[in-house]
Amino acid sequence: MSGPHGFSVQRYAPERGTLAKLTARDSVLRRLDWPLLWSSLALSVIGALLVWSATRTRDQLNQGDPEYFLWRHILNTGIGLALMIGTIWLGHRTLRGAVPVLYGLSVVLVLLVLTPLGATINGAHAWIVIGGGFSLQPSEFTKITIILIMAVLLAARVDAGDQEHPDHSTVVKALCLAVVPIVVIMLMPDLGSVMVIAVIILGVLLTSGASNRWVLGLIGTGAVGAVVVWQLGVLDEYQINRFAAFANPELDPAGVGYNTNQARIAIGSGGLTGTGLFKGSQTTGQFVPEQQTDFVFTVAGEELGFLGAGLILLLLGVVLWRACRIARETTELYGTIVAGGIIAWFAFQSFENIGMTLGIMPVAGLPLPFVSYGGSSMFAVWVAIGLLQSIRVQRPMSA
Amino acid sequence: MSNIPETGRTPRVQIRLIIIQVLVFSLLLTLGGRLWYLQIRNGDEYTAEAAGNGVQQVVQPAVRGSILDARGVPLADNETRLVVSASRTELMKMKDDGKGVLARLAGVLGLKPKEVADKVRLCDSETPQPCWNGSPYQPIPVTDEATTKQALQIRERAEDFPGITAEPTAVRRYTAPGKARTSQVLGYLSPVTDEEIEKAKDGPSPYLRSDMVGRSGLERTYDKELRGKAGVTRYEVDNLGRVMGEAENDPTVPGSNVVTSLDARVQAVAEYELHQAMKTVRKETDKITGRPYEADSGAVVVMESKTGRVISMASQPDYDPNAWVGGISGKEYARLTGKNSNYPLLNRAIQGQAPAGSVFKVVSASAAVRGGHPFDGRYNCSSSYSMGGRSFANFESKGHGPITLGDALKFSCNTVFYRLGHEEWQRDGGIKPKKGAHDWFYRTARDFGFGGETGIDLPNEVKGRIPDRRWKQDFWKANKDAWCKQGKKGGTYVEQIAYESCLEGNQLKAFDSINFAIGQGDVLITPVQLATAYAAISNGGTLFKPTVGKAVISPDGKRIEEIEPRADGKLPVDAETISDLDKGLRSVVEPGGTAAWRFGGWPQDKIPMRAKTGTAQVYGKQTTSWFATYTDDYTIVMTISQGGTGSGASGPAVRNIYDALYGVSDDGDINPKKALLPKPQKDLPKISRDGSIEAPEIRPYVPEKPKDPAADQQIAIGRSGD
Repeated sequence: MSGPHGFSVQRYAPERGTLAKLTARDSVLRRLDWPLLWSSLALSVIGALLVWSATRTRDQLNQGDPEYFLWRHILNTGIGLALMIGTIWLGHRTLRGAVPVLYGLSVVLVLLVLTPLGATINGAHAWIVIGGGFSLQPSEFTKITIILIMAVLLAARVDAGDQEHPDHSTVVKALCLAVVPIVVIMLMPDLGSVMVIAVIILGVLLTSGASNRWVLGLIGTGAVGAVVVWQLGVLDEYQINRFAAFANPELDPAGVGYNTNQARIAIGSGGLTGTGLFKGSQTTGQFVPEQQTDFVFTVAGEELGFLGAGLILLLLGVVLWRACRIARETTELYGTIVAGGIIAWFAFQSFENIGMTLGIMPVAGLPLPFVSYGGSSMFAVWVAIGLLQSIRVQRPMSA
Repeated sequence: MSNIPETGRTPRVQIRLIIIQVLVFSLLLTLGGRLWYLQIRNGDEYTAEAAGNGVQQVVQPAVRGSILDARGVPLADNETRLVVSASRTELMKMKDDGKGVLARLAGVLGLKPKEVADKVRLCDSETPQPCWNGSPYQPIPVTDEATTKQALQIRERAEDFPGITAEPTAVRRYTAPGKARTSQVLGYLSPVTDEEIEKAKDGPSPYLRSDMVGRSGLERTYDKELRGKAGVTRYEVDNLGRVMGEAENDPTVPGSNVVTSLDARVQAVAEYELHQAMKTVRKETDKITGRPYEADSGAVVVMESKTGRVISMASQPDYDPNAWVGGISGKEYARLTGKNSNYPLLNRAIQGQAPAGSVFKVVSASAAVRGGHPFDGRYNCSSSYSMGGRSFANFESKGHGPITLGDALKFSCNTVFYRLGHEEWQRDGGIKPKKGAHDWFYRTARDFGFGGETGIDLPNEVKGRIPDRRWKQDFWKANKDAWCKQGKKGGTYVEQIAYESCLEGNQLKAFDSINFAIGQGDVLITPVQLATAYAAISNGGTLFKPTVGKAVISPDGKRIEEIEPRADGKLPVDAETISDLDKGLRSVVEPGGTAAWRFGGWPQDKIPMRAKTGTAQVYGKQTTSWFATYTDDYTIVMTISQGGTGSGASGPAVRNIYDALYGVSDDGDINPKKALLPKPQKDLPKISRDGSIEAPEIRPYVPEKPKDPAADQQIAIGRSGD
């Protein structure tokens, strides 16, 4: 770690007793963004219930224990919380020094997927099986490391006061670093993650203050890239099918369009108040595939109705609102970019995930932050919350 | 306190952050809006879809009700058989469309693979029987005669027989008690078709895919009552069809039992006697054609005179109704519907029609009375009647001098009715009818119930035909073009007729009326019409709607819906004329009457018998034998197509039926112990507490030994014209 900005909380605050530290006016606890924490936690708890409901009748999945996924989700949330606390404790600025290492580590992990250690789940070769029922999805962590490495690069000269905005060569360097994992993830192929990372890069570039040409250029590249990918047939058939089913769900209601159709039926049948937890026939009947992960929102739609599903949207809104506030209130560009990347990530991933269950987005295998079952995703979003909290905690006191 | 530089917060970044925030929240709003649209606006639609998603129906077919005779003897009931069925939907999923499975199945059942394959193919316009004309989603029965061993083989090797089931199933059985087949009256069942399901879908009694539907006879008329309601268990299932719980259930309601007025014993007698009469007459030579009588078909109706209830109804040729059970074989179907077997599916008692011949004279006598001719007036029964240079002869050209209408019935004198018919026609204006023409003969025929359905509770009754002026006009209109094309003046006989018909086929000619007066020409009647008309004369003038069904009894025996006899009209003559007719018909069986030779030794004082014989000429065929008879309680009508004279062909058979009913022996003794049904059965059969209906034992009919042919000859001396 080098440079003048490598502060840690301990070094920054005067030495005090533990209790005094926590209750002091400028203490970490007081400076935490509580609405952000509570709404993230609420989403995770709701997620636990929905995952429980979706899996309690799936005997082949839950190994005969209806609460298996409930406890696993709670455990994941707990680990996520611990990771958040660790991140706050370390602080995003301290992490800054470790970012190249973390980035390198994530690229290695992503590459490992392509080795025989990798496993294919649902058509995407995106997993590393650790054993003992655990598996890792490295692309989730890549989302964080890409944000961090780009933020470090783009903000360095600006935060040092050398430049007003990052110059072209910095942007090129940052983009090059981002492209490496993207290519690997594309090879898996994990299209959903590629899309999210593309949007993250857009968010990062926007908040970094990079010139409009870069932003427009990136959007243009994305569009051209999509066409090229389509034309070259890089996509597997199942991915094309998902898009076709999105365009016309009635195409093949028993095949490709089945997911979308059943998801829409589940949500549509919920009405205002839903059928009540565990009482949804679509959910209990397991008509919606991947309901504990990618299609978890349909459980909310059916069993909790418009009010419950709306609450999830509201909580996501609170998380994003707080994140935007944090991005706006911090004075250092590094923090702004990190927050901007996280906002782009959460916003797009939530929109894509919920949008596909509502039939306004094509199906892509992406979890709903906090709510979907899945350790890697859960850990990643909580680390992101930790980063946001750290940015808030370490912002200068407005005095 | 901070050494963080106050850089990085350029307006560009600030603006972009606001843009991002706006973007983010518009995305969330979009989701919210879409959520509202799906859940609140269109919620009902999806709720309905979700409800249909996870429900599987399991249908338990209802056991069809029995058809019983008046004393509770089952004519049609059910037995449990091992039915092997194939599911087409399962077979079609296989690579070879299930051919392998069906071939294996054929091996187990000892059938040819083709036989099995034919049974499970679907019927269409180009597929001959055997084929399945029920729903393709319903398991198709391959055989209902599987042995326990075969069923076990199939069930134990389930993996070799995917889509094949072997289960004990209630199967229709036509019991033929005492050899009374009752074929056409009972009818038959066949699987429900998709169109029927669609049509009855929203009605009060929708069909299920597994339903068998009555296609003719009582099975069809009382189908709704007999069918009951299949039970439907609705299971909530998950996406793999695993049961999660039960939804709303409809319990199975077994079909009701239908008690008929038929008496199995009398039915057996009637069937036997009809068959026997036809066999006998085929040995006789027709004097007119010089060939033995064809006796191709025949029918007999035994009816309660005072109620119109049918006690027995037989039609020849007949068939074994069990042929339909469990899917009919191709050979059998061809036989039942083919010309060679002369269409045994037809119930000739209600669907056979022929010119009436002399049995029609009760109508003519009544018409004459209505036209102002006194019943006891004197009418010349000359040996022939001349009209416009043509001569119409009496039967065997015999004259009886001036006689009453009663005697004209007794001797079956044609010339009396020729004259009356001709005179009435002239009075009405002849070819050009005057305004308000009475047309008494035609009108009376209709008033007796001819030319229209009797309304019997059996399907597809035919109307017969009364060739009045209106019919003439309609018929001419329909055929005029063909006649005019074919007709040629001075050509062959057929061409000449066609020529004349082309010109004036719409006119009711004197010739037509003369013929009509003795039930000849274009008039057509059915046996059941004749029975209804004669029963009306017997009961004092009430025309009943004939009924076979007597009561519908719920399976638990608690609800009994009786089918009351229903009057359909009155004879168009007063009580005195009916009494006169009755006397005239009585004299027919008394010495000198045309049927006397068939009722030798009949205890006329104890059981007064009335009768009328008829021998109807049919163009290009041998004569049709008609015999209409009644006592105070029963009316019996028999007809044999191409069977010769009324008394000759049908006489002995009808006599034997009466003998059986009343227990009369040839010498006239009445033995009440031998009598099958001296009085009509009024009460319904006894119903036990559990709803079952007691059935008396039934012994097959043993016909009396044929009479000494010499004695038969002697009685035959009294034979007169028909």
